[in-house]
Amino acid sequence: MRHTISILLENEAGALSQVAGLFSARGYNIESLTVAPTEDDSMSRMTIVTRGSDNVIEQITKQLDKLIDVIKLTDLTAGVHIERELVIVKVKIAESESQVKRLVDIFRGRIIDVGDGTYTIEMTGTGDKINAFLKEIGSDLIVEVVRSGVLGIARGGDSLSMY
Amino acid sequence: MANKAEMMTGADIFINSLLAEGVEHIFGYPGGVVLHIYDSMFKQNKLQHILVRHEQGAIHAADGYARSTGKPGVALVTSGPGMTNAVTGIATAYMDSIPMVVITGQVPTSLIGNDAFQEVDSIGISRPCTKHNFLVKDVKDLAITIKKAFYIATTGRPGPVVIDIPKDITADRTVFDYPETIEIRSYKPISGGDIGYIKQAADLIIEAKRPVIYSGGGIISGNASQYLTELTQLLNYPITQTLMGLGTYPATDRQFIGMLGMHGTYEANMAMHDCDVLIAIGARFDDRITGDLEKFCPYAKIVHMDIDPASISKNVEVDIPVIGSVEHTLQDLTKIIREGCKRPDSDAIDNWWQQIEEWRNTNCLYYDHDSEFIKPQDVLEKLYRLTNGDAFITTDVGQHQMFAAQFYKFDQPRRWITSGGLGTMGFGLPAAMGVQMAHPGETVVCITGEGSIQMCIQELSTCKQFDLPIKIINLNNRYLGMVRQWQELFYDRRYSHTYMEALPDFMKLADSYGHVGIKVEKPIDVEVALKEGLALKDRLVFMDFIIDQGEMVYPMVAAGKGHHEMLSREGDLA
Repeated sequence: MRHTISILLENEAGALSQVAGLFSARGYNIESLTVAPTEDDSMSRMTIVTRGSDNVIEQITKQLDKLIDVIKLTDLTAGVHIERELVIVKVKIAESESQVKRLVDIFRGRIIDVGDGTYTIEMTGTGDKINAFLKEIGSDLIVEVVRSGVLGIARGGDSLSMY
Repeated sequence: MANKAEMMTGADIFINSLLAEGVEHIFGYPGGVVLHIYDSMFKQNKLQHILVRHEQGAIHAADGYARSTGKPGVALVTSGPGMTNAVTGIATAYMDSIPMVVITGQVPTSLIGNDAFQEVDSIGISRPCTKHNFLVKDVKDLAITIKKAFYIATTGRPGPVVIDIPKDITADRTVFDYPETIEIRSYKPISGGDIGYIKQAADLIIEAKRPVIYSGGGIISGNASQYLTELTQLLNYPITQTLMGLGTYPATDRQFIGMLGMHGTYEANMAMHDCDVLIAIGARFDDRITGDLEKFCPYAKIVHMDIDPASISKNVEVDIPVIGSVEHTLQDLTKIIREGCKRPDSDAIDNWWQQIEEWRNTNCLYYDHDSEFIKPQDVLEKLYRLTNGDAFITTDVGQHQMFAAQFYKFDQPRRWITSGGLGTMGFGLPAAMGVQMAHPGETVVCITGEGSIQMCIQELSTCKQFDLPIKIINLNNRYLGMVRQWQELFYDRRYSHTYMEALPDFMKLADSYGHVGIKVEKPIDVEVALKEGLALKDRLVFMDFIIDQGEMVYPMVAAGKGHHEMLSREGDLA
C-alpha cells in the first residue's frame, strides 16, 4: 500500500543521505522524496512517498525513527491529510493552442512562460490530478515535465512540530 | 583538566576531551592527517596509546576492550586507507551493538572533495555501519562533537560512532570547554518500559505450561545479567541463550539448557519448537537462531523485551512487545510476578522439565573420546577445566568458534568475546589484546583456527611490544573447517578451495615474533601442553593443536530447516 511519511529532521549535511541510504540499504522503495528547511532553519521537513506491506511500512517508520538526525515523524496515511504536488510542463502549441488553453483552464493551471511555439504551464494538485492533466495533454505535445514530488500535511489542528 | 579559558589547538582539545571522558586506552595507527594529534599525544602521559600493526586490529582491540569492560572502546586511524582498513572492525562492532568511538583523520577541509592524497569519503563509507557519524568542520564544534559521540555510542542500543576530523581542525585554536552533560533533541534513549505491556507479559508468562526464556546480547549491553538470573530462578523456567548472550545466565546451572540455533543443543532447539510461551529478552531473532521462519516456534505466544523498537516484529511477529532497557523492564517484570497472587502451574512445569531432561539425555554434544586424533572438543573441555571456567575467551569465526560456545561454560557475562553478527575472521587475536589491556593479570585465551589467525597474524608484533601474555589455542585442521563442513554435507564433498596449503610453521612464526610456541599432535599430550602453556603467565604462548581434519560441528539445524529437524553425528535427531 502507498504511504506518505512526513519527517522533521536536523538540517545537517548528511541527514538526507542517511535517509536515502536507509531506503537503499534495506531495499525499501521511494516513490518520491521532497525536502527543504522549515520556518526554523535548523530543521528540515521531508515528505516521502513509499509503498509496502503493513510490516514493511512499520519497519520503515521504526528504522527512520532510529536515525539520530530524525527529530519526529508521522505516517500521514494513518489519518486524514492533504497532499499537493507541483508540476511545470513545457508543451508544443503549434496546432493545438486552444486545446492546451482549455485544458489549463479545466485543470486550473497557469501559463507562466511563452516562447518559440511552446507554453510553459504550472499546476498544483494531487498526483492523480497531475497524471490526468499530463494524460490529456498527451505525450506528443509534451516537451519536458518537471514534478516536485509530493508534499503532505495533516488536516485540522494536528501538526508535526517540535513542541 | 585544562583551565576553562585556555586557548588550545584542536589536537590538544581532542586529547583533553578523551581524558574528560575517562578514556585510558586508545588503539591506533598514525598517518599524515593525524600528525598533530599524535604530537599532542606525545606530550602527555595519561592516555595510553597502543600501536597496532593494521587498522583492523585497532578497531577489534577497542571492541574487545569494550565487550570485556562495558566501557566504550576508542580507536584512532588516519584518512584514506587507514579508514578503509578500519571498516571491517566498525561493521563488526555495529552488528553486535558494541559501544565504540572511532576517530578518523581527514584531509584538510580545503582539499575535501578534490581527490586529495589519502582522501576517501569516510562519512559516506561508514554511514551504513555506524550508529551515527560526524564530520567536524569547525574547531569550535570539536569538544561538543566528541561529547555527543560518546553519549550516542553508549546509550540506548549501543553502537560505534565515527568522528571524521580534517587535519586543519586539529591545528586551529579555540577555547577548550568540555560540556558536562549533553542533550540532543533528536535523540532520546528509552529507559523504562510500558507497565501495561509488562503486566500483560507477566500474565502470559505465569500461565505458561511449556515456557522457554531465550536471551541474547542485550542482557550484556543492558548490564542485566543479575536481573535475568533472578527472574529465571524465580520462575524455574528453562533458559537458552544466543551466541551473544552466553555468560549472562550461569551455564553450569541446571536451568540452562544450552545455546540455541544452528549449532545449539538438541534440548534448547526442541524446547523452542514445542514451547507455548517464548520469552525473548535482549535478542533479535537472527536467522542463525530462528532457522526456517515458517517452522519457528509454531505453538508459541511470544513476549519480546528489547530496547530497540525496530527489533520488535522485524523477523518474527510478537504478541506482547515490551520496549525499554532490559535493566528496568526485567526488574519491573520480576517485581510484578513476585508480588502478584498467581504462581506458575508447577505440575505443568514439572512435566515440561521431564520432557526437556529426556531431550537432554540424548547427549547431543557427544564426540569420539577414543580417537587417534586430537578432537577440538577435548582441547576445549580440558581448557575449561584447567582455567576453572574463569578465563576471558575470544574467538575467531568458524568451527572452533562453535566448539568454544558449546564446550566452554560461562558463568559470568563479558568473559565470552566473539564476533556474532558479522562473523569476522581475524577478530580473535586483536580482540584479545583489548581484553588483556583492560584486564592485566587475567588469563586471556584466543581460540582460533589456522585460517582465521592468519587474517590478523601481524598483531603478534603488537603483543610483543606491549607484553600481552595472550594464550592462543590454534585448532589446526588444515582446512577452512566450517566451509568444508558445508561442502561435505551439501556439496557432495567437493572441497573447493578449503584446503589450507603452504601453512607457515607456527612454531617458527611464534618464535620469530619473540613468543613461545607449543605444537601438540597426540591426544595424550593435550593436557600437559595446556598446563605448560597456561603456566607461562608472562608470555604469549601459541599452542598449535593438530586436530582431526574430518571433525564436524554437531548438532546442526541446516539452512531451511526448523528447530525440530536437527542433524546429529548419527543422522536425523527428530
